[in-house]
Amino acid sequence: MSANLLAVFYLISGVLFILALRGLSSPETSRRGNLFGIIGMIIAIGVTIISIGNFSTGFIFLLIFLLLGGSIGAFIAFKIPMTAMPELVAGFHSLVGLAAVFVAISAFLNPEVFNLGSPGNIKIASLIEMSLGAAIGAITFTGSVIAFFKLRGLMSGSPITFIGQHFINLALGVSLIGLIIYLCNTQQEYLFWSLIAISFLVGILLIIPIGGADMPVVISMLNSYSGWAAAGIGFTLENSALIITGALVGSSGAILSYIMCKGMNRSFFNVILGGWGATEESSKTVSTEQKPVKNGNADDAAFLMKNASSVIIVPGYGMAVAQAQHALREMVDSLKKNGVKVSYAIHPVAGRMPGHMNVLLAEANVPYDEVFELEDINNDFANCDVAYVIGANDVTNPVAKTDPQSPIYGMPILDVEKSKSVLFVKRSLSPGYAGIDNDLFYRENTLMLFADAKKMTEEITKSL
Amino acid sequence: MEIDPFIFRLSIFILAIFVGYYVVWSVTPSLHTPLMSVTNAISSVIIVGAIVAALAGENSNIFDTANIFGFLAIILAAINIFGGFLVTHRMLAMYKKKKKDK
Repeated sequence: MSANLLAVFYLISGVLFILALRGLSSPETSRRGNLFGIIGMIIAIGVTIISIGNFSTGFIFLLIFLLLGGSIGAFIAFKIPMTAMPELVAGFHSLVGLAAVFVAISAFLNPEVFNLGSPGNIKIASLIEMSLGAAIGAITFTGSVIAFFKLRGLMSGSPITFIGQHFINLALGVSLIGLIIYLCNTQQEYLFWSLIAISFLVGILLIIPIGGADMPVVISMLNSYSGWAAAGIGFTLENSALIITGALVGSSGAILSYIMCKGMNRSFFNVILGGWGATEESSKTVSTEQKPVKNGNADDAAFLMKNASSVIIVPGYGMAVAQAQHALREMVDSLKKNGVKVSYAIHPVAGRMPGHMNVLLAEANVPYDEVFELEDINNDFANCDVAYVIGANDVTNPVAKTDPQSPIYGMPILDVEKSKSVLFVKRSLSPGYAGIDNDLFYRENTLMLFADAKKMTEEITKSL
Repeated sequence: MEIDPFIFRLSIFILAIFVGYYVVWSVTPSLHTPLMSVTNAISSVIIVGAIVAALAGENSNIFDTANIFGFLAIILAAINIFGGFLVTHRMLAMYKKKKKDK
């Protein structure tokens, strides 16, 4: 196959990948979009194999490894519970990162195959591209592994900070640039390995200071990094499918992190510098004074909701932890039988990754046209009888609107307090992740339901 | 005067960033999780580099260091491709509209 024809096919798969993302603009077209993505991938892999034309020993190994990886991937995809989606995505990001590192190493060791020159005499431009690809890939790999550990609970979700953290990160960042320049001048192999080793370290250091509830930003950021790593490799290999995909994924991740930052009222810079830990510390001073709380049980809650004409459900990470989405759907079903109008309100940063709550609700067969985003539903709280807050906390805290001293001041919140009554399912009065007391607990119209989210929801369903 | 092919690739790259920007803003927020898993799957198109790297060289020595890294990358990318597309498919199959007649 001629190089030109090959390039055309890569371009076609690039376009198919664009269509795959385009399909996600609505659930109806999304499935077709996914199909476009698959076709694009088959074209890219198929023409690559044909262009090499080596149908001997190597080809057989290729098939074996492809099927081996493929069956592992397929097995994971079918087995994974929907609640584990954040760590799955983090895990997948790490694989993209590591694959980018491996391809870069391979290109460095054997540049002739990719027309990049000979070992010790690689074209400077290619060397820069593969160094960047390898470095970003390595950062993505270790960063995602740490994120995976934190999400999976194998590592404490609380931020790990130490003195001089930012200084060390800065020094390592500068040394990475220095190494790349030095590498271009000398073409020494050990420089390339040190570059990768330091990048691995940077990836770890970037993510350890970040706490569990900031994971939506981290995951999106790593998503973006994996894209830029792919693009870097794409430039090295002069492959347009890879360049287009890298750019798409890179900007997609960047936009998602931007949306997540907006959802938490944090600046983009704050995020990129990994400067979270510090703000958390100062806010840990929670007032311990006892304020009166109204405490209710399942029967009270059932009574309130049965007699309501409209109920808005506000799910959060606690719902995912308690796996309460199915119980919640059953409760809503019985409410609907009683003629109650029910809708769901999703805060952008609810859960541990963008769209986390939507997937869980979809899994529980909640129709997606009953699920609304913050800006679409926030005005409805004023007209609703009961808001049922299950597993959410900081995203409902009115302090974000009233107290400029609060760390979450300015964060967009769901105006739960405007509804006639609020049912707040929570295990205890402990503050949310941000360490701030939720004013909502002590309001006249709030009824606290102290229990596990799933158990409480099931009990309410029984008493309905 | 000839233009370096690098400039063409850079143009593709920059334009693709813009395409990505507009396409991703049009993604509905409820599908942000599938968006992440599908971007994961498509970024594994890096497998084409892995394939070239793995099959490079003569048949006599298919397990050169460079080839081994290529093969390892193939496994990793294949996990991602199959896993990413299938899990996206599984998720998207769950998004249903309200049944009208009931």
